Amino acid sequence: MKKIRFLLFVFLCITSSASAQDVTSLLQKVKDKLNLINDYEANGRMKTKVAFLKVPIANVKVYYKKPYLLKIKNDKGISFIPKGTASINLNNLFADNNYTAIDGGVVKLGSANVRIIKLLPEDEENEVVLSTLYIDEENLLIRKSKTTTKDNGTYELEMTYGKYAKYGLADKMTFTFSTKHKLPKGFTFDFDEGGKNNTADKKKAEKGTIEITYTSYVVNKGVPETIFK
Amino acid sequence: MWNLLQFELYKIFKKPRTYIAFGAIAAIILLIQLALVINGKDYVKFMVSDLDDTLDIPYDQINNGYWIAFNILNLLLIHVPILVALVTGDIVAGEANMGTLRLLITKPISRTNIILTKFLACVIYTIILLLWMAFLSLVVSVLLFGANDLVVAKENMLLQVEKADVLWRYFAAFGFAAVALIVVAALSFMLSVLSENSIGPIVGTVAIIIVFTIISEMGVPIYDKAVKPYLFITHMLGWKGFFYIDFDEDGQTITGSVRNFSSILKSLSILAGYIVLFVTTAVIIFKKKDILS
Amino acid sequence: MVAIIEVKNLTKQFKDVTAVNDLSFSVNEGDIYGFLGQNGAGKSTTIRMLLTLIKPTAGSIHIFSKNLHTHREEILTDIGAIIEKPDLYNYLSAYHNLSFFAKISGVKISKNKIFEQLEMVGLAARAHSKVKTFSQGMKQRLGIAAALIHNPKLLILDEPTNGLDPQGIADIRNLIISLSRKFGKTILVSSHLLTEIELIANRILIIDKGNKIVEGTSAVLLDPANTIVEVNTTDNASAKNQIAETRWKQYLQQTKDGDIILKFDKSLIPEFINQLVQMNVQVLSVKPRHSLEDYFLSLTTANQHVEPVTI
Repeated sequence: MKKIRFLLFVFLCITSSASAQDVTSLLQKVKDKLNLINDYEANGRMKTKVAFLKVPIANVKVYYKKPYLLKIKNDKGISFIPKGTASINLNNLFADNNYTAIDGGVVKLGSANVRIIKLLPEDEENEVVLSTLYIDEENLLIRKSKTTTKDNGTYELEMTYGKYAKYGLADKMTFTFSTKHKLPKGFTFDFDEGGKNNTADKKKAEKGTIEITYTSYVVNKGVPETIFK
Repeated sequence: MWNLLQFELYKIFKKPRTYIAFGAIAAIILLIQLALVINGKDYVKFMVSDLDDTLDIPYDQINNGYWIAFNILNLLLIHVPILVALVTGDIVAGEANMGTLRLLITKPISRTNIILTKFLACVIYTIILLLWMAFLSLVVSVLLFGANDLVVAKENMLLQVEKADVLWRYFAAFGFAAVALIVVAALSFMLSVLSENSIGPIVGTVAIIIVFTIISEMGVPIYDKAVKPYLFITHMLGWKGFFYIDFDEDGQTITGSVRNFSSILKSLSILAGYIVLFVTTAVIIFKKKDILS
Repeated sequence: MVAIIEVKNLTKQFKDVTAVNDLSFSVNEGDIYGFLGQNGAGKSTTIRMLLTLIKPTAGSIHIFSKNLHTHREEILTDIGAIIEKPDLYNYLSAYHNLSFFAKISGVKISKNKIFEQLEMVGLAARAHSKVKTFSQGMKQRLGIAAALIHNPKLLILDEPTNGLDPQGIADIRNLIISLSRKFGKTILVSSHLLTEIELIANRILIIDKGNKIVEGTSAVLLDPANTIVEVNTTDNASAKNQIAETRWKQYLQQTKDGDIILKFDKSLIPEFINQLVQMNVQVLSVKPRHSLEDYFLSLTTANQHVEPVTI
């Protein structure tokens, strides 16, 4: 009996340290894959789902330059881009290595198995409190991330991969963020159409979603830094 | 009737007060355009409220010619009716005061013909004033500030209309606004028939509009239920309905759509009803009236 | 004689004021018809009813043998009018005023014709001046030109010499006479300037408090054979009774308040005075009325009621 318990303990120590090693090496592998991309210019169609914002689907261009620069632009019209699109930049999640990674086990996300890795920033001044990554181990792809911040609530990124998967580039990205919005009453002299009650919308007004479906990427061809200004 | 109409228009455009109306509109619009050039960002900020905590607001893009035109129309809600009444309130009462009304009535023209011709002249003046306003607010704004998507605030949401989808809405809105302003013209015209001097009808019209606007915007439940749906002032805002674009369940706007077209049509028919009511009343009163001035 | 205007039992009631009461009169073709009464007598109200500015409460009006109520536009085509003061557009020129009046009267008129009309009233030199720069006399003349621009058969002039100086009044008088004699127009002139009416009118209507007092030719009204004599004594009632017992009874006029009014030939006045003396009537005054003004004043003073008379 004692022997079995001892062997079990050793096994757990080995596996946990092996597991810790797994998490770090898994993260590194994901990072390495992402680092293959120096820059890209992508075309996409952006859907904005925010309760108090009714906007058309926009044709946007997404520019990226390693490691932190990301810009979403609508040259033809107006788009409301989430603030700090650095949040959308996957590299931002774990670029500086100054975090503790904790294995959260494996769960099913859709039809695929993903490993949950929680990242706790070691710097207490960091805006981010906790990041949770859902990583497709087999393909070294981040399928989802959830980040909790001190001042700006929690945001989520969900990625769907297709033809650009080998570059770690998503076909579709959904970014969910916290919102708050209140228009002053009586300011707008509205035309009262009668009937339509927007209280249901008001309840949903805490979360908003940006969904970008990428139609093409031009990768590693160089993107001038002036674009990000 | 054509001769009389020509002369009525000639009389309207011979009077200095007509040009006050055109000048006032030009001045107001110019001031608004100037203000939005200088402070446009603040005004956009006010509109989007604290949305800029979460989203990057493209202030410069929002503050374009189409948006400026929309805000000009919004702000002119109280002012233009006054300028309409300034002329239309005078068209009968002013002549009664001057004594020339009896001149018309002693001519071989029926009273109905006289009064309808005068009203038609009022309608033409109103439309010309509106076209002037449309030119300055829309054409000049777009020429000066360019065109882009239009972001419109509606109580608890922002609606975005794509650039290519905006212009027809302005045409429709101006068409609607023409009907709305003709209601004002008809009201002041009717008051003008009742009066022997033009101050009464002009002030009366303005007072009615201001009082009803206040009642409409107070948000008092009893007024909102019992009174507001029947006020013409409520329905005068229907031009905005053309900018309330429809959206799907995902919140994506549908190009070329209007969210509540039936509501706009309803407002339009109520306004048309008011025009008929005011003009018919004016005709009946005028036909029966003893001209003592 | 063709009656151009025929008014029968015309009444206008304003709330509790009867402005015109059961008035009947007629204006014949070619008349210069004087319409007399004090201010507030009902002249303007009557004229406004003739011009469809006011609707009668009762009675009928026929003009050119047509019912005014049913043939309004047809009738008004042939009427020119000035009411109280000329209805002119002050911010327009004299020329444009006439041009407009012609158009709305349904008449096509050339530029030359307009200038002719202005010439006729002595305003050709000021054709393009704005009416607001005109004197009262000039406006009055322009008003007459406007009333004539469409060559109407009937002219209705309400106080046409209002605000004019003596020369202006004379000019208007001569114009009216000329229009009647030269152009055969029928003219209804209302005025409180009795001396003017005396000079131009061939028939006269006097009204007071909405009631007809007398209608007749000025020849008869001013005829010495029909001189009105007003007698004032220390005891009018007793004197009147005494006169009623004499042959002078036939000349006594009905009066409400006991005043003594007789109508007889002017030449009989001395004889009448002798009769009064013989009867020991204490005479204070015997006043013959020679002018229309005296006649008018005697009939329209506040305390007097006189049965309407048509002569």
